[in-house]
Amino acid sequence: MSLEKCKGCRDLSPGEMARFRAIEDAFRETTAKWGYQEVRTPTLEYLNLFTAAGTLTPGMLNRVYSFLDWDGWSGQRVVLRPDGTIPIARMYIDSPPKEVAARYSYVVNTFIFEETGVKARERWQCAAELIGANTAAANVELITLSLEVLSGLGLNGVEVRLSHAGIIQALLAGLELSHGEQDRIFDQLLDGDPDVLEKLKPDKPELVKTLALVLDMKGKSSGFLKNIGAMVGDAARLDKPLADFIATIELLDELGVNYQINLASGRGFEYYTGMIYHLFSGETNVGGGGRYDALVPQMGGRETPAAGFALYMGRLMELIDTDKPADAGILIRHKPGAAGAAFVIAGQLRESGFTACFGAAGGGYAWTLDIAADKAGFVLTNVAGGKKTTCRTPTEVLVQLGGNIVAEDSPT
Amino acid sequence: MAQTAAMLEAAGWGIDGYHVNACIYRLKSTRFPALAAKIFHEKDIPVQVAAGNYDLGVCGLDWIEELLAKYRSSALVKLKNLDYGQGALFTAVSATGGAANLAELAAGRNGVRIASEYPNLAESLAARLRLRCFSIFPLWGAAEAYPPDSAELVVLPRRTQEELLERGLRPISRLLDFKAYLIANSDSIKDKDLAEVVASIGGSLPPADEPPAAVEDRGGVARIVPGMPAEDLKLALPDGHQQRHVRGILDKAGIKISDYPSAEGNRRPEIGMEGVAVKVIRPQDMPLQVANGNFDLAITGRDWLAEHHHQFPQSPVTQLLDLKYGWVRVVAVVSQDVAADSAEGLADLYRGKCIRVASEYINIADHYARVNHLGDYRVIPTWGATEAFLPEDADLLIENTETGGTIARHNLKIIDKLFESTACLVANTASIAKAARNSRIKKITALLKKAVEA
Repeated sequence: MSLEKCKGCRDLSPGEMARFRAIEDAFRETTAKWGYQEVRTPTLEYLNLFTAAGTLTPGMLNRVYSFLDWDGWSGQRVVLRPDGTIPIARMYIDSPPKEVAARYSYVVNTFIFEETGVKARERWQCAAELIGANTAAANVELITLSLEVLSGLGLNGVEVRLSHAGIIQALLAGLELSHGEQDRIFDQLLDGDPDVLEKLKPDKPELVKTLALVLDMKGKSSGFLKNIGAMVGDAARLDKPLADFIATIELLDELGVNYQINLASGRGFEYYTGMIYHLFSGETNVGGGGRYDALVPQMGGRETPAAGFALYMGRLMELIDTDKPADAGILIRHKPGAAGAAFVIAGQLRESGFTACFGAAGGGYAWTLDIAADKAGFVLTNVAGGKKTTCRTPTEVLVQLGGNIVAEDSPT
Repeated sequence: MAQTAAMLEAAGWGIDGYHVNACIYRLKSTRFPALAAKIFHEKDIPVQVAAGNYDLGVCGLDWIEELLAKYRSSALVKLKNLDYGQGALFTAVSATGGAANLAELAAGRNGVRIASEYPNLAESLAARLRLRCFSIFPLWGAAEAYPPDSAELVVLPRRTQEELLERGLRPISRLLDFKAYLIANSDSIKDKDLAEVVASIGGSLPPADEPPAAVEDRGGVARIVPGMPAEDLKLALPDGHQQRHVRGILDKAGIKISDYPSAEGNRRPEIGMEGVAVKVIRPQDMPLQVANGNFDLAITGRDWLAEHHHQFPQSPVTQLLDLKYGWVRVVAVVSQDVAADSAEGLADLYRGKCIRVASEYINIADHYARVNHLGDYRVIPTWGATEAFLPEDADLLIENTETGGTIARHNLKIIDKLFESTACLVANTASIAKAARNSRIKKITALLKKAVEA
């Protein structure tokens, strides 16, 4: 019998789980302070949620885990959630909050087939969505919030790489391709294929050259964007997305956020319509997000702008350090016949805030407590110092440990 | 098949017994004595080659692409285009009132039902078209019968688009132009010397991926096929060898039906009952088509009903009447050489090893393996001639048999009897719950019951 785990899936060991929780805790704590409410959507969704244009690219759809449910005789398929944002948009439309603006945070796994089976097929993310606002301040809120979470994890000096789906679309529109062709190239750029322009044999080779040049350039100021506007010279199409992008950049400048503008970095989802950003710690892409103003109306909701980000837990777990000091726990040992007494004192110790266990926990322990068979007393040993103290009652043990004393006959 | 035989003849293989009525599946070549060949249903061939059970295979590009549409990393290499067995996979709609083109279909706000023997290619088409809401009906056959009333779109193979026009269908695109191909397992190519065998077969290098030809606008339609009226009770009757039994029962019951069985392949015979419409489809496909509401009533086999209920335990399809013909037993079969006479014995024998279970009834097979604790098992779907899988390509079959003759002839033995199956009348419980429909269902059931018991 095969005991291998599924390809592309991983176990999390106690040490890895500690790092996983550290990321989650930092994320929950920070987002809560910014007024984000935690939510969770189901692992199974109907496939149809993800198939309409403007949701997932066909390239991604061909890699989802979809199947017929036990009552799927209508032929409608279900899918293991391939994306976090679209289900949140569904939930927002399904049960709209009282206020138009909603701030949601969530920690979920997503499933996408990966051919080699070496990279993850199940991925965890900490994500946040800000629905109902499309100001520069909303964009900057998401960027600074995600940076604050990372900083809380000890990751400082994270670089923000910025792009803008609206500008890419406006540049592509200049090529006057068919609607389908423009969508295809946009999708390929988002799927991370930078060579797509080279493969293009258009009627306007000069324009493609300019486009490739613009996509290749990197800048660090709003002036850079103004220059691009002047280079391309397609004011009618570019003005609006450029003005939108510049407003965000200027606010980032004011706050002193470290960023780089790189239009070709706009890897992401088809539903992105405006600002796209990626977070890099060194060369590792640890998160990203973007604005998706068309998604909610596209899915049948009211005209509602929105944006969000996700932090990639698999990659963050490699980067953060959580070598916590060994837990100052108490290892309880008892002679045969004294198990009951062991359970009782362990309970009292835990109520007083100690970690009391019957076997060595992964983190080690600071004390041992031996219980005599005749229940006549306890021997408390400090592991580091080797100092032994004999105690007659649980209260004496607690006094020795310096904990908050819970009386033996405590009603709690 | 005849063209493949001619091709191998030209290659000087010296193969005996490879013809339409072949009753043995294993072949030897006088030219290549070290070569062992086996006959499979065409759809099984890419799966068997990709799985590494065979080094080489010959089959249509359509079935290769059907496998690759879902399992792109399959260990399969296209070696040669054999330049015969030409055809195209068309997407087609009803000639009366279907969408003008794929873009129009994709733009619609209503659900799109796609029926096809090629469900993987159909699903990948739906993703490419960005269909907002769609269902795929995987079929055993008779896709041409589905539009307009049972599906909006079908994906089906034909030699020419005229063949579709004759059936009242309008082709709207060619998904794939195909020919027969010689394929190989990619590991076999790396590790084995297949040069002489491959060289003996003519043909050209497979062309680079070319887009399929466009559908030509031929204007008129040869035939108009109206859908079944929505208010009619929709009855599905089986095609194939069951037809004479069903006709016999209908005659006895005094239910008039014209052109069934049909020499011209008419799939919509006229029935002499007010408010009832009939369509002729594959019995294997009926339970699902009744469950999804495309039909109220159907005549199928209990084996296929059980297969359906194993996949969808709460399905609204229910049996109304045993029609008492087409008796078979569904059995578990192993090779004579296997030292086990029960499922339990087999589980013991294979403890720690993988059991390959081949069956046309994949859900029954899966259930059987599960409840009998066969451990690490894999279900291999087959499309016919399942006996040929033992012993090389499977360890256990879930098969139907009438006399057990075929099983004995292939040196196999029955180790378990799952259930007996006969033809039956099935209905959708939602249709039964509607009074207007139920009165017609009851009437038909009563007439058939009298005929069966007469």
